[in-house]
Amino acid sequence: MRYMLMMHAPRGAGDYQLRDWSPEDFKAHIDFMHRYNRDLTDAGEFVEGHGLTPPGQATLVRAGRDGKPVTDGPFPESKEFLAGFWIIDVDRPERAYALAAKASAAPGPGGKPLNMPIEVREVMSAPLEGA
Amino acid sequence: MPHLLRELAPQVLGVLTRRHGDFAAAEDAVQEALIAAARQWPAAGIPTNPRGWLYQVARRRMTDHLRSEIARRKREDRAAGELAAAEPCAPPPDAELGLARDDTLILLFMCCHPALTAASAIALTLRAVGGLTTAEVARAFLVPEATMAQRISRAKGTIRSSAIPFAMPTDRERAERLGAVLHVLYLIFNEGYASSGGSELARVELSNEAIRLARAVHELIPHDPEVTGLLALMLLTDARRAARTGEHGELIPLDEQDRARWDRALIAEGVALVEDALPRGAVGPYQLQAAVAALHDEAARAEDTDWAQILALYEVLRRMSDNPMVSLNHAIAVAMVRGPAAGLALLASLDADERIAGHYRLDAVRAHLLEKAGDSGNAVRYFRAAAERTTSAPERNYLLAKAARLAWRDEHGRGMLRT
Repeated sequence: MRYMLMMHAPRGAGDYQLRDWSPEDFKAHIDFMHRYNRDLTDAGEFVEGHGLTPPGQATLVRAGRDGKPVTDGPFPESKEFLAGFWIIDVDRPERAYALAAKASAAPGPGGKPLNMPIEVREVMSAPLEGA
Repeated sequence: MPHLLRELAPQVLGVLTRRHGDFAAAEDAVQEALIAAARQWPAAGIPTNPRGWLYQVARRRMTDHLRSEIARRKREDRAAGELAAAEPCAPPPDAELGLARDDTLILLFMCCHPALTAASAIALTLRAVGGLTTAEVARAFLVPEATMAQRISRAKGTIRSSAIPFAMPTDRERAERLGAVLHVLYLIFNEGYASSGGSELARVELSNEAIRLARAVHELIPHDPEVTGLLALMLLTDARRAARTGEHGELIPLDEQDRARWDRALIAEGVALVEDALPRGAVGPYQLQAAVAALHDEAARAEDTDWAQILALYEVLRRMSDNPMVSLNHAIAVAMVRGPAAGLALLASLDADERIAGHYRLDAVRAHLLEKAGDSGNAVRYFRAAAERTTSAPERNYLLAKAARLAWRDEHGRGMLRT
């Protein structure tokens, strides 16, 4: 079963908070993410994973009356934003939760775990036809 | 040519494993040989002895890997001597390749060993026995190649650490182990048939591969009725493939399918297999499900379906296995024979079964039976509840469309009828 893990990060001033971190803390965080992805691949569970550009660059798009894009944003008032996501392929939901918890504990300033909220959603597919 | 390669893959792997004992290394070497063949044969032509060619290339690869491994351990001189002594350079005599039939079975027993998770067993079976490349298996399951490669190598790690031998299971184990093999083949087939992810082409290929492997097992063990039953079940199900989805991938339920689009040749073959298996007396779940599929496939119109027979089969199946999905299908058959109220009463008892309570199929079946009973208000409610719970997009769309049509008819249709 596939799950999307959505990593929500607390919002700074429209930018990643981590731009203000010390170089050591920054490196520890990035190294953690590389290791995390590699472990997922080694476990045969990695499908996809991406970090997103900071919300300072986010654009909200709607179709205008003529179908042309009408853009809006960014919206500095939201408290959290989607910083990145993974799609994983695991054999049970508990495994997805465990992996989400692991990502949540990514190191922040001073190596302290960030405990970011990770939203876990099952990706729709077709079922195995039970008999 | 891909067909030829897939046919030869387990034969070459079997000989190599038997000669060298190291299944994991042999499997890697055969995979490399298959890739080399796929690259070279189209231009150079298929060699006169393709099996010998693959064997030679795989053996060389294996030797190369062993050499570099030995070099790494800095024991080059002594071990290289051992290697040379152990490595006959001539291709294996045909007598040895003659064992290929058994090898395919032994490999299947290994790759579908109960110590492996279903996902690992499926991946390894497709590569080692099916002769698919890692890239092909990855594409079929929509994961990156690196992920699939790791899954396969972990599966081989489990085989090594569990010391699963390259040998036929003992008579005592055989039935259970054959059951595991059939289950893996069944899962591969279902993945290709029921799953909506990925390109239709990759899916069809997966089902075809499951059928091909089931045919191979049936050829090797022609008198096992459950093997025959599984092959029949696959053929009788696959026969409906073209009719089961609409233009845009939407699900078309059995009773609304255009039966002219069912594959008559597959149905005839499947029915013949069921008729061969059932009288043997060792009735099992695959045969029974195949028999149900045959009854559906043989009905010229949905209303001609022999539900009384289907009900009888589900009653046997239900006594045989304590599976709530079987109970659910049994309830449908009861409803078709004795009316929706009788079916709904059975569903009520399933609510207490925590394995299926809250499963979308229970709600979906309940919704269908309520609709048949004329209670469209509750039918809409359960169609929507089922749509909330399914993780299948086509299924959800089907259920929501059902709910919307019923609700609309409730609101407008009756008024229109009255005028």
